[in-house]
Formats: sequence, C-alpha cells, structure tokens
Amino acid sequence: MPDNDNFAIELTGVTKRFGSIYANKDASLKVKKGQIHALVGENGAGKSTLMKILYGMYRPDAGELKVNGKAVTLNSPKDAINLKIGMVHQHFMLVKTLTVAENVVLGEEPVHNGFSLDYSKAKEETKRLIEKFNLILDPDALVADLSVGEEQRLEILKILYRKADILILDEPTAVLTPQEIKYFFDIIRKLSAEGKTVVLITHKLKEVLAISSSVTVMRQGATVARVETAGATESSLAQLMVGRPVIFQVERTLRTKEELAKSGTTLSIRDLKAISAKGHLALNGLSLEIKKGEIFGIAGVEGNGQSELIEIITGLKRPISGTVTVLGKDIDFSGNTPRKMFDAGLAHIPEDRHKKGLVLDYSVAENLILGRHREPAFSTVTAIDFESVDAFSKKASGDYGIYPPRTDLRAGALSGGNQQKIVVARELSRGPKLLIVSQPTRGVDVGAIEFIHKKIIETRDQGCAVLLISAELSEILSLSDRIGVIYRGQIAGVFGAGEVGEEQLGLLMMGGKN
Amino acid sequence: MKLSKTSKAFLINIGVTLAAIFASFVVGAFFILLVGVNPLTVYWKLFEGIILNPYGLAQTFFKATPLIMTGLGIALGFKANIFNIGAEGQMVIGGFVCAWLGFTFTGLPPFLLVPLCIFGAFLGGVLWAAVPAILKVKTGAHEVITTIMMNFIALALTNYLITYFFHLPETVHTQLTSPSAFLPRLDQYIAAFKGSPANVTLFLAVALCALFWWLIWKTPYGYETRAIGLNPSAAETGGINIKRNVLLTFLISGGLSGLAATNFIMGYKHYFEEGFSQGVGFMGIAVALVGQNNPFGIIFAALLFGALSHGTLVINALVPKDIIQILQALVIFFVISANLLIKKYIAKINEDRS
Repeated sequence: MPDNDNFAIELTGVTKRFGSIYANKDASLKVKKGQIHALVGENGAGKSTLMKILYGMYRPDAGELKVNGKAVTLNSPKDAINLKIGMVHQHFMLVKTLTVAENVVLGEEPVHNGFSLDYSKAKEETKRLIEKFNLILDPDALVADLSVGEEQRLEILKILYRKADILILDEPTAVLTPQEIKYFFDIIRKLSAEGKTVVLITHKLKEVLAISSSVTVMRQGATVARVETAGATESSLAQLMVGRPVIFQVERTLRTKEELAKSGTTLSIRDLKAISAKGHLALNGLSLEIKKGEIFGIAGVEGNGQSELIEIITGLKRPISGTVTVLGKDIDFSGNTPRKMFDAGLAHIPEDRHKKGLVLDYSVAENLILGRHREPAFSTVTAIDFESVDAFSKKASGDYGIYPPRTDLRAGALSGGNQQKIVVARELSRGPKLLIVSQPTRGVDVGAIEFIHKKIIETRDQGCAVLLISAELSEILSLSDRIGVIYRGQIAGVFGAGEVGEEQLGLLMMGGKN
Repeated sequence: MKLSKTSKAFLINIGVTLAAIFASFVVGAFFILLVGVNPLTVYWKLFEGIILNPYGLAQTFFKATPLIMTGLGIALGFKANIFNIGAEGQMVIGGFVCAWLGFTFTGLPPFLLVPLCIFGAFLGGVLWAAVPAILKVKTGAHEVITTIMMNFIALALTNYLITYFFHLPETVHTQLTSPSAFLPRLDQYIAAFKGSPANVTLFLAVALCALFWWLIWKTPYGYETRAIGLNPSAAETGGINIKRNVLLTFLISGGLSGLAATNFIMGYKHYFEEGFSQGVGFMGIAVALVGQNNPFGIIFAALLFGALSHGTLVINALVPKDIIQILQALVIFFVISANLLIKKYIAKINEDRS
C-alpha cells in the first residue's frame, strides 16, 4: 500500500498572501487517518488561515491540497463538507431558540410530505449519534439552556450529522473548566477510535501532550516542525513556537501569611450585591479583601459574577448594596465614573481588549493614552501635546516590547499579543495602587504571556494590590499569592498559594464542597 | 514603501471617489438619452455654465456655503455616532433667531450686530438640537426619530410666528434686518461675480472647516469624540464621560447647522422667509457622507452639490430639472457604495492573520 493512503489530509507548499503580508508561506500539514493531530503556534502564526484554506473559506495562492490521497480544489466550505470535512469554530454558531435536535439538522432537515420538518426523525437521528459518541445531550433541550461545554458537544454533533470524517476544532478548550476538558478529551478519543481524524488548533501545550499523537508547529506563516507527541515536551514545543527558550513559571517570591497580615489593606469589599445586565442576581453578598503588594486570584467558571465584580470596582456599574473600600475610602457610587477610580490609583486591564481595552482604529500611540489623555503630561484643555504623547508612546512601546515598534500603526494591525501589550503598557505605566486584571493572556502567545506575567509580578513588587481574574487555572496558580473561588456571586473559599491544586479548584468552581 | 501606506490609502480614496463621480455621470447619460437629448450637449452646457462662467462659479460658491456648514454639523455628529437628521430644523430656527436679532436691535453698529446675529444663528441651532440631545442622553430616545420630529416643529413654529406676528403685509417674510447686519457680497470685490449673492459667509464656512479639523484632531475633546464613535465601550472603560461628550457634540452639531442660515439671512435676502432653507439641512447629510466626515472632503462635496444645484438653472432649457436630481442621487449612490468597497478592501488587507 502506498504511503499516501494513510493520510487523511496533506497540505503542501501552501502560500496565502493578504496584500503584501504572507499569512501562510510554504506551510504544510500531514495528518494520518484516525489520528488526533495538534496544530500549534503563536497568534498570527497562520494556523487559522491554514485551516480556513482546508475548510474552503480561503483559496491559497500556491500549494497542493490532498484529501484521502486525492488532489482537490476547494472553492467553498460546501466543497469541504462534501469531502466529509467539518469544522467547529471558536465562536459557536447555534440558534439559541431552537432545540438541540433542531440545531443538529438545521440546513439538512428531514421532511414530511416535502415541506414540514420531521421532528421525530431529526430527534431519532440526533439520539443515535449522541449514543454512538457518548456525547450526553438531551435532543429536546433548548440551546439557550445549555452550558458552554454542552454547546460545544452540540457543535461536534452537528458536523457528525453531516457525516464528517475529518474534524477541525479551533481552540476547543478555551471555554471549558478542567473537568469539562477531561470529558471533552474522552469524546475526542472516542471519535478517534471510531476512525475519525481530528485536527486540534490550540496554544495550550499541556493539552497537546495529553491528547494528540502528532504535532505540527507553525511560526510566522510557515511550518517549522512536525513531531511525534511521544518525543515532545512542553518546553521543546514552546521553543519551536517562539524560536527561543520560554520560561513557564515566572520567578517570584510568595507573600507569606505573616507578611500579608502586617500589610495594609488596599481593597476591601463587603457584602456586595449586584444585578447583571440580564436581570438576575449576579453578585450575592460577595466579600473579599486584598492587601497591599499581593496578587489575589479569582478562579471560577465564566458567568459567576466576575464581570459584574470588575464593572463595580472599575466604576462602570453600581451595586444594589454593599461597600467597596479602596485605600480606606468608601467608594461613592452616586454619579461615580471610571474617571474617579482611575484618579484614586486604579489601573484596569479589561478582559476583552477588542471591546473594552482598545480602539482598534486608533494608532498605537493614541491607544497608549486612552483614558490618560487628560493627564497634564499629555494635554491641556485646548490641545493634546502630540510631542509628549509621541515621546511617551515610543518609550512605552520600547519598554514593553510592542512589535512592530511603530507607534503610528493602527492598533488593529498588530497581533493579539502585541495588542494586549499596548493595554498592559498603558495601565501599568500609570503607577497604580490597585490593579484589576481580567484574562490578561487570553488569545496571547507564549512569549507575550511570559512577559505580561513578569510585568504583573513587577507591579505587585512595587506595592500594588492586584485582583486577577482568569479562566486559565494555571495562570491563577502561577501568579496568585491567595486564591478565591467565585461561585454564584459569592467567594466559595480562599486558599494560600500552594494550598490547593487545579483539581480541587475545578470542583469548587462547579459548586462542589471543599 | 511601507511608510506611505496612509498616503496610498488617501490617494486610492480620492481616485475611487472621482471614478465614482465619473460613473454617476456615465449612468446619468442614459437618463438624459431617455428624454431625447444628447448627454454630451448637456454636460458641456453644465461645464460651460458652472466652471467657465464666473457668475456660475459664484453661484456655486453661494449654494455650497450653507451646505458646508450643515455638512460639518452632521459630520461632527457622525464622529460620535450621532445621526443628526435635524439640521434642517436647526437651520430654520437659527435663521429665525438671526433675523429677529437683526431687525430688533437695529440701533447696534455693524461690529456688534454682525457677531450678535451670527451668534444668534448658532444659538438657535444649539437650542433646537438641545431637545433631542437631552432626550438621547437622559432617556436613550433615538435621535433619528426625535430630530425628524423637531424639523416639523421648527417649520410649523416659524410659520406660526411669521404669519401671526412678524410678516410684512402682503408677503410671507419678515421685515428687513438693519443694514448693520448685512454681510458684504463678493461681487463688491470681484466684478465678474456681478449678480450673484455669493458673500463673505463663504469664508466663515471655510474657517469653520479649519476649526472642525482642529477640534477633532488636535484637542482632547476631539480625541474623546472619535474614541466614542469608534468604540464606545473602550471609551467608557477608559473613563471618558460619554453622555457629556455626546451632549456637547450634539449641541455643537446643531449650532453649525444653525450657522448655515447666515448665508441667506445676512448675505442675501436680509429677512427670514418661509422655506428659505430649501432642504440644505437634508442635503448636508449627503455632503457629510460623500465628504467622508472630513472637513476638506466636505468642502469638495459641498462644491459638487452646489454646482449641481446651480446646474438646474443652467440646463433648464434643455432637459427637465429632475435630471439634475437624478445626477445628485447617482453621485450619492456611487460615491457611498465606492467608499464601502474601499473600506472592505482595506479591511481585507488588514484582516486578522491569526
């Protein structure tokens, strides 16, 4: 049997240009049938572009594409689906008002008498697939009532219904808790055992090692290595991705309990209650205290009150009751604006840099003064001092290694990691007394993660109190002096660093008892 | 050649805009053919009557002047995501206040009355914008609805005031303002402009463009306004007071539209007349869109629409005046579609390559 027959996917010499920029340059990918293959690389390395080419969303400028040993040309996702290729995007595409079964058959519905939906048949087929792949879903459940993990299983179910043999999963674990990830991996293994080929796009190297059998590493649009997972380690892969050795655990000295006890309190929150935008009780009597010079990490499944907590501390939202005290002063929420909070010594790295942290159509320099543009150093009432803005932004860009080092570029043109560095540079150079950080390294590449972690620790060492919220438990564990678990709008437990592991946190996050 | 990326985008923009205008004239030619006239004859007549004829040029300036001001007002609103469709009403109220001051304080010398009337026009526009502005900020009422309604109220209110209190017998306009509120016509300085009411308000309009540019690109206010327009969430997170900025921007937007009345009241007829605004407030929306909210683009777009507006008279004998309206519509259609295409093209270049 020729060697080719073993490969479900073979991409060779793929080049894709956008204007003068190469998104893929002579990239290749080979995936054996029935295998789980990981595609890793930093943001902007060209993973998504390569997958969009495989899924027919982009046409390559050069390169060959073979599916099951046959050369093919894909003009649209429809062609890919016909070749039994399916893709689960990072952002789910589900109709919330329909049931699981309805979502599964959407677009290829079984019909009665030529026009009405044959729901019982749809349900039957959905049930059969759920049982076959052990996906645990109720075909009649409304999508609006599903958890994120269930939504993801539904996405997989959708492509299985379309008879996909090759599954492309884009950053599938970004939204899952450790327990859900475990279960998700079981499903992936089951799929592989049933003969399905899986391509996993990810930047979480631990997961690559845990689940895949081979790995392709991309850097700057090109494929730099294809290795068997068995021989790889986290640091060997990271080095391939970044092109230099990477440190995972940033060095730090932990604050001891005695030290913290002596240290002054920067932020104190008592009995905070708040209503979410959707109208339910998001914070239900939450209390916590953060000392000067400590990092307090909050672990929790998204939607347990984290967003509301941050919005209140940063002045974007009013609580219905409770107090927030910063440096001994109760915050007056009447007519409170984020401005007042910033003046009191706050810095804020918001969770969604595109939505809240940056104006993507502003230049890097303009973004570096967003929210600080009224500082006397940058402007008078009548004019912005562009010379000092320029000097400041060039210095910040250099200090924080923002690449490319051109402050006149549109922020939207930079990679995710560099965009995040703009936000970090702006906020940390305020010299804050209280730093609120949310998902500081979401969608950020390994090199930038290391740098951002260092900067956060540096800020702590200068006496700043830090509130860290992250969906990455490893991030919480490696940075925090103390860790609180948030569950249904309350702190369900507080631990010192080293007193608790991922497993236990994961349980508490799901509402389990300690 | 990476450095010239912005200037390259600028040149593409101008090139495509000109091409779009050319395309609209090509399509317009078909409509002219439909009425049985040679389009080239019509276009030559337009060229001759507007560009080669000093009077036509002056008329173009005259028509463009208020368009620049309402265009600026609407463009300023767009910068902060405010869709001010109330320029017409703001201009009408501005005009009334301007004229009222002019025929009430007749004892004042020109150096006091002229600025007072100009300020009055501005203030009238501000007042009329204040209602939808406050409603938007306090209750979230959408300005598209409220400003349209305010337009009707402005028309009805001024009609009432004129009819019952201020009209000269046998006319539908007020008495004349004091000559101290007259602004000099350009034909006093340039003989070839003789007969055209083009007046020094043109310079006020150009000065406002410069002011607009400075306000938007050089001041912290402009920085905040643009940030709100591009990403209100990030602006709010950064501590920018969105409500205050939107209120202020809305008021200035109204004031600029109010100023557009000075061209007619202080530079031309010297009285307030029902219907004097002639849809300039609505045409200002097209000016702002075609000018891409850029003060220099707005001057260009205002001149274009001013020229076409005067062109109605130039080709009156050849084709129905509706042809000009069709041309105006085609220009708006083509230029705005072309702009969207450019934006898409640029976005495609910048597309996230993750």
